[in-house]
Amino acid sequence: MVSSEEPRRHATSEPLLSVQGLKKYFPLGRRALSAKGPVVKAVDGVSFELGRGQILGLVGESGCGKTTTGRTLLRLIEPTAGRIVFDGTDVTHTNDMKALRRRMQFVFQDPYSSLDPRMSIYRILKEPIDNFMGRLSRSRKRAMVSQTLQRVGLTADHMTRFPHEFSGGQRQRIALARSLICNPELMVCDEPVSALDVSIQAQVINLLKRLKQEYELSIIFIAHDLAVVEHLCDPVAVMYLGRIVEISPKEALYNRPLHPYTQALLSAVPIPDPILERQRKVQLLSGDVPSPLNAPSGCAFHPRCPLVGDECRRERPQLAEQSAGHSVACFKADIVEASYGRNRG
Amino acid sequence: MSDNTEIISAQSQTPILEVSDLSVSFHLLEGVIPAVAGVDLVLNQGEVLGVVGESGCGKSVTARAVMRIIPTPPGSIDSGRVVFEGRDLFKLSEAEMESIRGDKISMIFQEPMTSLNPAFTVGDQIAEVFRFHRGMGRRESFERAVEELKRVEIPDPAKRARNYPHQLSGGMRQRAMIAIALACRPLILVADEPTTALDVTIQAQILNLIGQLQADIGMSVILITHNLGVVAAMADRLVIMYAGRVVEQGSVDDIFIRHHHPYAHGLLRSVPRLDRPTDELVEIKGIVPRLDDLPAGCAFSTRCEYVLDKCRQLEPGLKEIDADHSSRCWLEKTPW
Repeated sequence: MVSSEEPRRHATSEPLLSVQGLKKYFPLGRRALSAKGPVVKAVDGVSFELGRGQILGLVGESGCGKTTTGRTLLRLIEPTAGRIVFDGTDVTHTNDMKALRRRMQFVFQDPYSSLDPRMSIYRILKEPIDNFMGRLSRSRKRAMVSQTLQRVGLTADHMTRFPHEFSGGQRQRIALARSLICNPELMVCDEPVSALDVSIQAQVINLLKRLKQEYELSIIFIAHDLAVVEHLCDPVAVMYLGRIVEISPKEALYNRPLHPYTQALLSAVPIPDPILERQRKVQLLSGDVPSPLNAPSGCAFHPRCPLVGDECRRERPQLAEQSAGHSVACFKADIVEASYGRNRG
Repeated sequence: MSDNTEIISAQSQTPILEVSDLSVSFHLLEGVIPAVAGVDLVLNQGEVLGVVGESGCGKSVTARAVMRIIPTPPGSIDSGRVVFEGRDLFKLSEAEMESIRGDKISMIFQEPMTSLNPAFTVGDQIAEVFRFHRGMGRRESFERAVEELKRVEIPDPAKRARNYPHQLSGGMRQRAMIAIALACRPLILVADEPTTALDVTIQAQILNLIGQLQADIGMSVILITHNLGVVAAMADRLVIMYAGRVVEQGSVDDIFIRHHHPYAHGLLRSVPRLDRPTDELVEIKGIVPRLDDLPAGCAFSTRCEYVLDKCRQLEPGLKEIDADHSSRCWLEKTPW
């Protein structure tokens, strides 16, 4: 049995989670069940490490594979290839996934579809206790539910109510409580604030920061909003078409982005300040994100890249470390840096 | 009342659209929901007016009421006038309104997938505008449709005109929607969250395109969004809405730099910004009240840090603070 007051083992310097060459291919069309049809390479060789107590931001545009990456980490969908090691256990080959799932939890984007409308809040929060913690007395379970509700900023009398009685922000608090009630070590949050209004977003972001401290969590935070990620995460990984194109400590990534895609992303975010907006230089990318079904040759970003060269069309650049912890997959990383410096003037 | 502010803005610029005292409610099984309560706004010739607020604040309902596309029932327009070219749009027949809609006043929506017809090619859907408003034939209207697709920078427009919406990416669909809306070179474009469903790099492309076309055609734009960054980039003037009311309106600089309403103050501090990292985001406490269960007095009083006794009893009117800058708040001086 696990008590929520159990102290965390922080002695090891081993990363909590280590991912190597993670791939997820979805077969398509009539021959989906045979192995030969066309495949969508949603995640195509993703590797990273998550240290204990870190919040890793996983950013990218729709279809870049960030959600699929998050889901394969917890084997909510089975990876096609790759190795996921969580606290010394190989997640992909374990035969006791249930024990791991208590320690690795997921928070979904849309709190309107992730809570069963027919279950009271008590039943929603009791489910993980029943599933992971064996038989507990009713009063013990009520105490746990009530305590967890308070920690996410709700009150004990909310437990008799149903999801429809809550606003979006409150529902996301309930979803967080459900993930936290069994005291996990890793939480994968998939766009947990993007469905919320601006004023509510700030509440949930602040809550997440606090909970991370209280529960000594490590978090993978999947998002498309670069400002939210900068505020919350360190380190940050940028994905494009199924691969990580740049991964770095936050400071370096935001101040000295080395991939032309990261640069374009950062320059595309409008700043809520009219004076800065008048000076801001947007680096417009031409075209759309290509389909992962028909990915370009060489570097997947080359058709939209302002710095494209011959080698980019032929060969796929690999992630290479440029400075401590700052890796980028680009042949032109040295030129990018120079041009970005000029842009910021 | 806001009559004074209207007069002042009219002196400096020519209004092209004036909405006054607009109230819209929805009659549902659960009761009557007052979605918009006494909204006044002025759109001047050639400007971009940003309308900002959170979900349920009435910004989309206001825009749809102007276009007269609110389904009645369950909706009902309880009061108000929308004056365009000297006529009250609410007093026109449906046929007269149809001849204005898509010709002189156009609208684009948030979700280009659901607002385009999946059963027709995008070329046909643009051509329809020319057939309806300009009486063109099939061939001529289709040729014009291809030109319009080129204008919104869709590559290979002749081929794309024969595509169905599902064959286009999200960004291209939004470009096609803009092509439909701008086909007749409208005087006013109402853009309801035009980039919310799009990725940031595509959002930058679409905003850039809207800005360029606005300058080319010289149209006026009502830009509805919840994204403060988007209005900082695009708008000349701003209206901030809360719970069906305008709580503050003024120039972009008035709102961002000299804002008076505590809600505007809270909104601006609650978003993380890329230009300067923030240690702690400032929250607006509590939740948006239900529209059918608003607090007495000021609708924001239950969440306001600076609430006075008076705020809980009497609803403030829109009060002028400066030339063309007004706020619906009892505070005499802002404490920030």
